[in-house]
Amino acid sequence: MAEIKSHRTVFERIEGLPVLLALMLIIGIFMITAPRSFLGVRVYMSFFATVPPPLIIGLGLTLVIAAGEIDLSFPSVVKMSGIVFAMTNKFIAFPLDTDADGFVGSEGVTNLLPWLFLVLAVGVGMAIGFLNGLLVTMVGIPSIIATLATLFVFEGLSIIIGGGQQYSLRGIDEYTVHAALTGRIGIVPVQVIWALLAAVAIWFLLNRHKFGEHLMFIGDNENVARVVGVNVKREKIKMFVLMGALGAVAGVMVTLENKNFYTTQGTAFLLIVMAAVFIGGTAITGGKGNIPGTFFGSFMVGCIEAGIISSGLGGFWTRLVVGLVFLAAVIFHLSIEDPTRMKRLVGIRPSSDGLLARRATSPPG
Amino acid sequence: MSEVQLRGGAVADRTYEHVVRMADVSMHYGAVRALSEINFAVGRNEIVGLLGDNGAGKSTLIKILTGVQKPTAGDMYVRDEKIDWSGYSVRRAHELRFETVYQESSLCEMQPLWRNFFVGRQITNRFGFIDVKKQKEIAQDILLNAIGFRGAGITVDSRVSDLSGGERQGISIGRAMYFDADLIVLDEPTVALAVKEVRKVLDFVRSIKESGRACIYIEHNLAHVYEVADRLVILDRGRVVAEIARGELSLAELTQYLIDLHDKRDQHADG
Repeated sequence: MAEIKSHRTVFERIEGLPVLLALMLIIGIFMITAPRSFLGVRVYMSFFATVPPPLIIGLGLTLVIAAGEIDLSFPSVVKMSGIVFAMTNKFIAFPLDTDADGFVGSEGVTNLLPWLFLVLAVGVGMAIGFLNGLLVTMVGIPSIIATLATLFVFEGLSIIIGGGQQYSLRGIDEYTVHAALTGRIGIVPVQVIWALLAAVAIWFLLNRHKFGEHLMFIGDNENVARVVGVNVKREKIKMFVLMGALGAVAGVMVTLENKNFYTTQGTAFLLIVMAAVFIGGTAITGGKGNIPGTFFGSFMVGCIEAGIISSGLGGFWTRLVVGLVFLAAVIFHLSIEDPTRMKRLVGIRPSSDGLLARRATSPPG
Repeated sequence: MSEVQLRGGAVADRTYEHVVRMADVSMHYGAVRALSEINFAVGRNEIVGLLGDNGAGKSTLIKILTGVQKPTAGDMYVRDEKIDWSGYSVRRAHELRFETVYQESSLCEMQPLWRNFFVGRQITNRFGFIDVKKQKEIAQDILLNAIGFRGAGITVDSRVSDLSGGERQGISIGRAMYFDADLIVLDEPTVALAVKEVRKVLDFVRSIKESGRACIYIEHNLAHVYEVADRLVILDRGRVVAEIARGELSLAELTQYLIDLHDKRDQHADG
């Protein structure tokens, strides 16, 4: 018991440490099984380009889960923001920069237009988040149902708007918005810097801002949160709007990185983002969120997908391995980071107020 | 934070007789009379025990007092000033420095104590970021001085789930005192507590008295409330049926009185 306790203090002091160690272990294994990829720099630069969009969404989802809710609609936010950004650029910005000789590249003022369309795309994401928030708080639909519905609605709407077509944005790298969001510093993709900044900002928001504290209290016990004066509905709506904004930024990033809008962009994010958050140590029960865990968890999921293929196993193995890592991580977090829960489970400390304990999950006795 | 204290301070400077007084307050739910013409008052620094069976109207009375519900008829005076019901709410009750400690814990299990003390009233900079250091210092001060958790192995970083039931009530009461509540309502705080834990809670109730505040102590266990209350108010079927000052009756006499009350009601029901 004492041993477990000492582990707990080390792991609690440095948030996300176990996930970081596991990530390093996995990279170590791939260095042996796939040395040609994993001993070089290129594969890591590839991670830095592809992992940030789902990572940024994962940061938002960590807040949502800490508040005891869920958001499944983000793949459609990625599509909606992508289509809005792609079509506005293609049909408004690009024609302005095209003369008789064809596309001439941006000149001065037109450089600002894609920035405006980025704001517009983020606005669309926030509007979807706002709708999610209203459905959950005002209409009273459980978030898993409400956001599943909006997942369908906005995937459908993105197809209707885009006519089911993909939109090539060849030439978008002439604009500053491309360099700012998905350019390269040397060989390092810029988006990884944005992801890091977003993680730091959201860590502070969750752990040091009253908004984040309110979310944790709501996720811990909504009735208590209300009694102590938290405006539960307002905070939840703000949270869904933030989640929508992050999903939209990720959507624009994907579109810019590909220089193309694909109708399927974001579809694959649904499962990997959730896996990353839970591998990172955020529990579905709410009340807490582990931002560094989500950060490293996102890279772990990205790593496993690439590493399995580089190791010569078929692509179909990736899901199986991610699933096993997922399970192992969740069991690990349960046993180490919440020993009180484990104590309750084995009945070491049957307290007199056990009946009043909030957790419906803990078995009686 | 400082705003709360300033606002409170301004109110406290005036002299008054009753921190709260209800005059002919009635509450009907359709044809059901939950409260009939209640007259009920709590003086400054008075501990009032509120007794009654389930359905006697205790919780309805408290809900009206703390702004959760509005009565069908009657008036309420806070520090001798009449309350306008239309503007009365839970928030307004907080502003008037009424704090309620609910039967079930009003704390969040997974969160550390320092967060539980300040949630809803955080000390922040103008961007809303919490001054963690200051909050922890104050929480530490409350733990040691207001509640007296010295050497109990409890720190401001302890999670609520690590605390016993009595300790939790202590934290809630300590929080209410820190935020300078004038009137603390305790809603059956000893329910489901072990004997030793009950002792602790009764000590907390005494510390409310010593700090010059008033308290409404709702209890079903006569012995507990008898020990600490200055005055007992007994509710029965939505009416105040007796008010007993401290020392007027012995515990045994009081018990007999309540049993008689019960029998009388049964006869009434039979007849």
